[in-house]
Amino acid sequence: MSGHRVVGKPRRRVDGRAKVTGQTRFADDLQFPRMLHCKLLRSPHPHARILNVDTTRAERAPGVHLVLTGKDFPVTFGILPVSMDEEPICREKVRMAGDPVAAVIAATEEEAAAACELIDVEYEPLKTIADPLEALATDEPRIHDHGDHGNVHKKIALEFGDVDASLAGADRVFDDTFFYEGNTHLALEQHAAVALLDPDGRLTLHSSTQVPHYVHRQVARALELPAHKLRVVAAPNGGGFGGKTDVFNHEVVVAKAAMLTGRPVRICLTREEVFLCHRGRHPVLMRLRTGVKHDGTIVAMDLETLLDGGAYGSYGVASTFYTGQLQTVTYHVPRYRFRGCRTFTNKPPCGPKRGHGTPQPRFGQEVQLDKIAVALGLDPAGLRLQQLEKPGTLTANYMRLGTIALRQCIEKVVEGSGWHDKWQKLRDGRGLGLACSSYLCGAGLPIYWNDLPHSGVQLKLDRSGLVTLFCGATEVGQGSDDVLAGIVAEVLGVAPQEIKLLTGDTDLTPVDLGSYSSRVTLMAGNAAIQAAERAKAIVAAGVSAKLGIPEDRLVFAEGRVFDAEDPEQGLSFQDAVIVAEGKHGIIGTTGSYRPAVSAAKYKGGGVGPSPSYSYSASVVEVEVDRTSGWIEVKKVWIAHDIGIALNPVLARGQVEGSVYMALGEALMEESAMRRLPARLSSALVHKFPSMLEYKSPTTMEMPPVETYLVEEPEPNGPFGAKEVGQGPLLPIMPALANAIFDAVGVRIDEIPITPDKVFKALREQAQGRTPRVGPASFPAIDWGEISIVPPPWEGGDGRAINEKPRKSKVVESGVRLAPDSPGANVSDGVKR
Amino acid sequence: MRRSPTNNARIALTVNGETKELLFAPNKTLLEVLREDLGLTGTKHGCELGECGACAVLLNGRPVLSCLVLALECDGRQVETIEGLADDARLHPLQEAFADCGAAQCGYCTPGFLVTAKALLDERPNATRGEITEALSGNLCRCTGYIQIFEAVEEAAAKMGAKESK
Repeated sequence: MSGHRVVGKPRRRVDGRAKVTGQTRFADDLQFPRMLHCKLLRSPHPHARILNVDTTRAERAPGVHLVLTGKDFPVTFGILPVSMDEEPICREKVRMAGDPVAAVIAATEEEAAAACELIDVEYEPLKTIADPLEALATDEPRIHDHGDHGNVHKKIALEFGDVDASLAGADRVFDDTFFYEGNTHLALEQHAAVALLDPDGRLTLHSSTQVPHYVHRQVARALELPAHKLRVVAAPNGGGFGGKTDVFNHEVVVAKAAMLTGRPVRICLTREEVFLCHRGRHPVLMRLRTGVKHDGTIVAMDLETLLDGGAYGSYGVASTFYTGQLQTVTYHVPRYRFRGCRTFTNKPPCGPKRGHGTPQPRFGQEVQLDKIAVALGLDPAGLRLQQLEKPGTLTANYMRLGTIALRQCIEKVVEGSGWHDKWQKLRDGRGLGLACSSYLCGAGLPIYWNDLPHSGVQLKLDRSGLVTLFCGATEVGQGSDDVLAGIVAEVLGVAPQEIKLLTGDTDLTPVDLGSYSSRVTLMAGNAAIQAAERAKAIVAAGVSAKLGIPEDRLVFAEGRVFDAEDPEQGLSFQDAVIVAEGKHGIIGTTGSYRPAVSAAKYKGGGVGPSPSYSYSASVVEVEVDRTSGWIEVKKVWIAHDIGIALNPVLARGQVEGSVYMALGEALMEESAMRRLPARLSSALVHKFPSMLEYKSPTTMEMPPVETYLVEEPEPNGPFGAKEVGQGPLLPIMPALANAIFDAVGVRIDEIPITPDKVFKALREQAQGRTPRVGPASFPAIDWGEISIVPPPWEGGDGRAINEKPRKSKVVESGVRLAPDSPGANVSDGVKR
Repeated sequence: MRRSPTNNARIALTVNGETKELLFAPNKTLLEVLREDLGLTGTKHGCELGECGACAVLLNGRPVLSCLVLALECDGRQVETIEGLADDARLHPLQEAFADCGAAQCGYCTPGFLVTAKALLDERPNATRGEITEALSGNLCRCTGYIQIFEAVEEAAAKMGAKESK
């Protein structure tokens, strides 16, 4: 980038040395004198009343200091204000196999585990619900007493323009059903937490969390503590991918145990327990109807989604909206209807995994576009290029788009892959597929309504010349520390490695909402620029007064502050800070960021708006063996519209990591459950709760990847940057499915695409039947009254014309839930 | 009921060139002794079942999964962990390359990858991409997609080779 000294230059990340020397201190690396160890006793039943918990024997066991049960935790918690349905330890009933019913705190982990076996729990098993179809058909027993009705957690029905009329007038209507199986994050680090009282008696919780601010709020709530009496420190995460964005029962339990014992209390989940925490990809059944003209131009789209939410609310209301809200931001969709339904089931709760709710409908949309292209005799790349949404557009559902460099992305992968020479031209068994996608650069609204900044940065400059940065942003491996250091270094003209970072600590750092929704680079980055520019102005004023050089002629670069017209005239950065401190006093500045207000005023319009959207395009080449259905990915080409890459080394790593994770879920990963036989209580249990059985790609499965970072600066992004952590995952699954069709002519309309499914479809093909594997139908759902929102080009103003006036409602002291926030209109019976 | 075994296993364990007399429960794994008794938390755990490779250390120069090795078996043997990879304050070329090439994102799997890669390059200084891929196939990484890890090993190998030939 022109004129930038740090931004855009490939360089070692600021925390690189710590990571390669094993010195990064993850939560389970923290050891304290007199530390006790916690183990949770978990329910073997997926749905049962707890009749009695007898802890007498456990309390007397060797090494045991404390035994806790549901009685010790009267207050629920949950990540979204609308579904505070989680309990630190279950009180009256369990909702999934793995729900905690007691906790033991002992001198050693082994003693805690042994004492758990001495706790006698009496259960009365209840009918269990295995999937959304069962949930829709089973009103009683209810898994929760909140939600829309029965075991339906949330239903959404939105219509932007008269979709039925447009479909009736379309030249062709394509009607497809798809299924996307759930999968999990599988971060290498198991969740861990340590709580302790500081010497003044205040509680500190160290945890592997992506969202220290939300953990702070929820643990304070669950323990009925004033928030300022609790400090939450996010340890660097050993991978997150969305799996550490909820507040977890074990965090609340160790915090309480530390308060009661006065000693540090640690917990580290086993790998099996991590599978039970889950919050991974929702299994989603979809029906997508798209009306097109003969030339492939979309005239209307009608999407229905059915989500298997698992046992708790988690981010589920937001996840449900996300299965529909971003379908309009890639191609021009003049009219759009979206109806989504999330059900509770007696399984580990689903939540946000990389791409949060959007990979599933994106898979459907991009596979269907491929079918449309083939049916109409069009080039899939051309079909997309001819109807890309335009920069700055307000979409049918009122998403305000920024820059869009998707055209360049498509051109890059088409050229790089030799698309025009290969698609439909390779020998049988070999094929190419193409797909595109888009993602948020940060959610436009926080998960609880407030008027406050989404991100804050403080800077301290002292006479040693050191710049210290304080920010609540959380390093989960993506490089948020490096982004912040790089930005401040660019503005102040010092080296990134010379900036001291203090992040993710609710006592010491200003709030940042957390590492989720690809928000940190844009939001914390903009806050960092503001704080750095303010610091620069203070230093410039000091140097200007001292040297008699006009402030606007001062350059901050190479660790100096000097005259642009006479570079010899200047001061070292340290001397400049000393001069400025003498003139100004102690130097500290702040920066804040809050996104602009969204144009989507309708109920549910709070999910989807973002300050910017990233775009990706991909081509995948595969080899499919007709005799076995075996799929080998030969190469992936991916182009990502990143605005600008702040550090290209890290940006490329995010793209390739996304491709890898996408291939895992496309080809093999699934959070499958099974029923135990009746003699073992018919419980629903996880089929693969180990890393050996839950298949994920090793080095041997990773194909070559050609990455293109397409740079067109986004005005809302810091130095023009957009997100890169999630978007590049999205086009891979459909591109792979489309490549398999190109290779052997079969459609696999579900994820994962495993060899047995390909083999089955090939057999259908050989026998002259429809060569497809996928769901046969989508159930009839009573969607209730639909919110009618005319699109901007039909005279709409962003509101539903049939919506009743809404009031803000008070959720917690001082915090209003916005009319626009996802949960604001759910009539809830949530226990508070 | 299970009982905690008493700390009655005594061995002389040599870790990163330093020998220590240790007294610990005989059922402890090498991973547990390294992390809990010696405070060497650079070695990580992802499953404690031998599935992920995060706990890899070198035992007499060969990579092993420390969660599957009883510490008792290590009496008189040489253990090398991530903490011993650097030459005093000077990083090993593999560490430099991993930091520069983006091979460490969250850094959790990194110690396991580094010691495994070191064992490979010690044996095969000119390892091919195929050999690197195979040698690292027991180490899972969820962040990088492995490609920058391959590149880092190749860069380190090139630098180490250039140094040798000088």
